[in-house]
Amino acid sequence: MAVQTLSQPRKHARSTSKLRRQLFIVLTNLILMGAVFLTALPFLYMISASFKPQYEIFTFPVKLLPETFFPDNYTKLFTETLFTRWFLNTFIVAGGRTLLSLLLCMLAGFAFAKYEFPLKQQLFIFILASLTLPFEILLVPLYKMMVGLGWLNTYWVMIVPFAANAFGIFLARQYSLALPTELMEAARMDGANELSIFFRIALPNLKPAIAVLGIIFFNGAWNDFLWPLIVINDRVMYVINLALPTLRGPYGDQYGLVLAGAVLATLPVIIIFVTMQRYFIEGLMAGALKG
Amino acid sequence: MAVNQSRPLQADVAAKQYSGLGYWWQRNQIKIVPYLYIAPFFILFAIFLAYPVLNSFWISFHKQQGISTPEFVGLSNYINLLADPRFKQSVINSTVYALGSLFLQIPLAFILAVVVHSWLVPWLNLKSFYRLAFFVPLLTSGVVVALMFGILYDYNSGLINSYLVSLFGEGAKIGWLRDPKVVKFSIILLLIWQFTGLNSLYFLAGLQNIPRELEEAAAMDGANAWTILFRITIPLLRPVILFVVITAINGSYQIFTQPYLLTGGGPRDQSISMVMYLYNTGFSYFNLGYASAIGYTLVLIVVTLALINLRFFGAFREDH
Repeated sequence: MAVQTLSQPRKHARSTSKLRRQLFIVLTNLILMGAVFLTALPFLYMISASFKPQYEIFTFPVKLLPETFFPDNYTKLFTETLFTRWFLNTFIVAGGRTLLSLLLCMLAGFAFAKYEFPLKQQLFIFILASLTLPFEILLVPLYKMMVGLGWLNTYWVMIVPFAANAFGIFLARQYSLALPTELMEAARMDGANELSIFFRIALPNLKPAIAVLGIIFFNGAWNDFLWPLIVINDRVMYVINLALPTLRGPYGDQYGLVLAGAVLATLPVIIIFVTMQRYFIEGLMAGALKG
Repeated sequence: MAVNQSRPLQADVAAKQYSGLGYWWQRNQIKIVPYLYIAPFFILFAIFLAYPVLNSFWISFHKQQGISTPEFVGLSNYINLLADPRFKQSVINSTVYALGSLFLQIPLAFILAVVVHSWLVPWLNLKSFYRLAFFVPLLTSGVVVALMFGILYDYNSGLINSYLVSLFGEGAKIGWLRDPKVVKFSIILLLIWQFTGLNSLYFLAGLQNIPRELEEAAAMDGANAWTILFRITIPLLRPVILFVVITAINGSYQIFTQPYLLTGGGPRDQSISMVMYLYNTGFSYFNLGYASAIGYTLVLIVVTLALINLRFFGAFREDH
């Protein structure tokens, strides 16, 4: 923002520009607050509508707040649908994929950062190159493979195929590079074997990396939709994302139920994010800056 | 690894120490361990990524309906795609989504980051508040976002049309999801809402990495804010800009959930995306060969655009 007023005498210019600066600051923050409100609006509307009876969601004009507090959508969700099961399924799938990916990526990332071995660079570039491919080209062959394995409608189908995460290995390596090599050498002198160096020395020092990757993996698995849509058609094995759109019912009129489910589906992610936001943002930024 | 216990009855302890498995392991573990560490990753990677990528390419040259035996048809899947009006429409739509993120979302994210980073937001707490507030939509799954915007965009009783009617009367209603001319814009608007915060965060990270002294020195030399922005800040941000542009284009071509749930691709195929067409072809009609050909066309587009970007920004770099 050009705030210099060069034609005026210096002293005068400084006081006007200070006033103008403050005006700019107030104006900018008002606009930003408006944008924050617009960002929050769909959430507020969703939460509010989840507490409305059906007829009120679709009455015109729309009211932002429900007329009366109406928790029936939530109770119905737990009594008349398989919501508890779907919630549990999603936790098992997201948790399982997170743990497996973490183990694979930390081990491999650590090896790429701290050991020398033939073909190291080539293998790593090979992994990075896979990041540019849109994963949708995997859908058809992976589906055929899952049919062959008899894995359709199981937890395995949602946990195993996407556990080897290329972005994860990249971040795990970045964090491992920062580990002091002396630490490992000292332990080696004391007679520690390589496995205990990894579990006793590297991992405790890589807690931030584990947190970052853990959140990213969990969030990704929790919000997955396309893959479950293809490989799961048994209602009992649904994850929340698959179940939500079906809650509308055959006539698309049970919107309150859907929105209550959507609110509950979003809660775990938001809770994790609020408690660990520092790690989350750090991880994403590391991806951008080092990528 | 308790290898030394493997032969407890061996008489000659010294011989065991110098020739046994334990001794061999001790000498060589540092050579073997890295392979043991990367092996689990590479096994899964090979089975579930490398092999399917190649397999998909192979399938794309075959006619395969469901689990029937594939029949080699050469390039005919690709040739058929060229004449397929619905496929063409899906490419156009996905391209429009990508252009929307390139010309609306990324500039918006950039402006947001520059403003939040500048003296216009002088309080640190407020800076991090904005960072968080714009970021939260990213955490929400595509399904939830589609459901939310479904009620916001509803023609008769959505919040947006309700507001428009109260301001401008009944004629101001917009067919967000039912008007073929508007529907792509509605999807782009949704994507702006969901992803601007993320891109803004990337730009902010880049801005924080630029040494303040550089900008201050330029200001001392009499450069104004615009000159500093275009001569110092943007050139230094080039790697981050490249990253954001490539990931945003990549992401736009991979949109599926939002149009699938909001519009089902309609009205008149005006919102169908490439991935959605792939899904319909492969998993509603089980035309697996044709679906793989769509997938590889997607790869071709995304990789070409990434290379063009790298080239463009790379050539730019040599000028300075």
